[in-house]
Amino acid sequence: MSLTGIRTSVIRTPGGLSVNYRPRALLVGAGCVVLALVAAVFAIGSGEYPMAPGEVIRTLLGQGDPADAFIVNELRLPRTVTALLVGAGLGLCGAVFQAVVRNPLGSPDILGFTNGAACGALLVIFAAGGGSALLAGGAVAGAVVTGSLIYALAWKRGMHGYRLVLVGVGATAILTGVNSYLITRAGITEASRAVLWMTGSLDGRGWDDVLPLALGMVVLVPLVLLGCGRALRMMEMGDDAAYALGVRVERTRLALLGTGVLLVALSAAAAGPVSFVALTAPQLARRLTRTPGPNLLPSLCMGAALLICADLVAQRAFGERQLPVGVITGVVGGGYLVWLLASERRAGRI
Amino acid sequence: MRGPDASYTQPEVLYAHNTGGDTMRTATGDTATDHKEPASGDAAQAAGEPRLTGHGLTLAYDQRTIAAELDVAVPDQSFTVVVGPNACGKSTLLRALSRMLKPAKGQVLLDGGDIAGLPAKALARTLGLLPQSSTAPDGITVADLVARGRYPHQGLLRQWSRDDERVVAESMAATGVEGLGDRFVDELSGGQRQRVWIAMALAQQTPLLLLDEPTTYLDIAHQIEILDLCARLHEEEGRTLVAVLHDLNHAARYATHLIAMRDGRIVAQGEPGEVVTAELVEEVFGMPCRVIDDPETGTPLVVPAARR
Repeated sequence: MSLTGIRTSVIRTPGGLSVNYRPRALLVGAGCVVLALVAAVFAIGSGEYPMAPGEVIRTLLGQGDPADAFIVNELRLPRTVTALLVGAGLGLCGAVFQAVVRNPLGSPDILGFTNGAACGALLVIFAAGGGSALLAGGAVAGAVVTGSLIYALAWKRGMHGYRLVLVGVGATAILTGVNSYLITRAGITEASRAVLWMTGSLDGRGWDDVLPLALGMVVLVPLVLLGCGRALRMMEMGDDAAYALGVRVERTRLALLGTGVLLVALSAAAAGPVSFVALTAPQLARRLTRTPGPNLLPSLCMGAALLICADLVAQRAFGERQLPVGVITGVVGGGYLVWLLASERRAGRI
Repeated sequence: MRGPDASYTQPEVLYAHNTGGDTMRTATGDTATDHKEPASGDAAQAAGEPRLTGHGLTLAYDQRTIAAELDVAVPDQSFTVVVGPNACGKSTLLRALSRMLKPAKGQVLLDGGDIAGLPAKALARTLGLLPQSSTAPDGITVADLVARGRYPHQGLLRQWSRDDERVVAESMAATGVEGLGDRFVDELSGGQRQRVWIAMALAQQTPLLLLDEPTTYLDIAHQIEILDLCARLHEEEGRTLVAVLHDLNHAARYATHLIAMRDGRIVAQGEPGEVVTAELVEEVFGMPCRVIDDPETGTPLVVPAARR
């Protein structure tokens, strides 16, 4: 019997194994990866000592001269890798949260997790001065505490998206206040460092900033994509429908929230609470793939592309004056949010 | 019925599509796997116990008790319909039978074993439930939605077998949506959409299928269309169906076994011809009426008494 309308393609092995893929989603993901890599090469090539893209690539492949190699590998590459990883992490966890909450507003910035991570990190900066590992630890602790509180407050016979969003908005407001208070209590040097960090900045990132995030992602990304991705797709149809199909709904949701919170926290520790990437990346990816489902992989690739491009703009578009990347994502993302609300309103959904 | 796919390693409750009394029973597949399939219920079967039963069920949301001490049995190969006024606990009972609600007291037995102990996917291969409200994801095609019914038969490395493809095509044919495969679900009419959801539940290939108010929000012609479809699935494929229905006359016409509930109690169960009487309807719905023979089918037809 022929079957039309199946939008997925399948690879089958003679052994009876089969793997689904969505051609359009793969294409979008690949496009984003290419864009991200091109932007990365330009980002590495830019700065006080400009390098041509060809030279950057040669140096990356280990064929440049030692001075170039030092500039690329030690000074500029860590920043670029941080941007790519943070973007990827935020894109993925944005897609996870939006799917779990079933609401395009369900991104970690709005749910309060990002501010929770910031709160933990600020405490570490002020109490211990903060190295990367300590900062990561503080951010994770802050996000996990916030996440547990929000989950406990919003959880009642399953979790309803709107309740979670509303509780999250409340938590964000409280934490913003707490964070501002912490900054006013700090000395002037610490405070200005903290403010820069709070905007989301990639300046001066070294390999030790990359390490906690990279290690975390090696574990968390496969866990989300392979461990929960298919169950999450079923949960789109509602908890009952997913349960009837054999998804352990509550367990899956808890696992996803847990991994999502860790991803947000590690990203925030590496680059500060960069705003709006988690909100916009999944929505852009979904519109490009035109594929139902949480679009986890395309969102991840889209996040990486968005953040590296934003960083490139922040570094180069304003002449001598460099901006923290969070300013760019905030302006672009805020504009996008307004557009989203306006268009959803026209469509009668909000 | 199934292709002899040697690579097919997962156990499955086989389901014969021909009709024929007791041979319609299930047989379990390969049992040497990590999943414990519900046994085909040899012991229970010998004792004449139906596959799905509830014993001493007390059902509650938080502290609010909906129903207490329910004993219920779903006869095998029946089209069982649960009726009763709003908020009588009929949907709650269905949720308990499908393990979606954990009973505060009592237990639900599937093939003689407590349903609470079954692995999620194993349960979903034996017992399906079509919830009252499900959301079709934005921009999903009919075929893609029906294909999701195969989830409990799939795994990380077995995402779309030829078996899956065949069963999805068959399910779409059985519900008359085979021509709609590449249409978007959100552009279908209510009746078509409900048939698509039923096709998804069929693709799950469960011998037991529970439907929570499958005709709600449909106009009368589509209600009858869906009920005719259910009756056909029940008769031709021998599936055991359990549906919660609002309309007593629909229940009386289509059910082979009727469970009437009121205020969390089961007032009567049995064949509609025996159960549906004027006294019972008055007791359950609090509405005076006459019961006559349906001129089309000879089943009981409830005619509300005229205003005096």
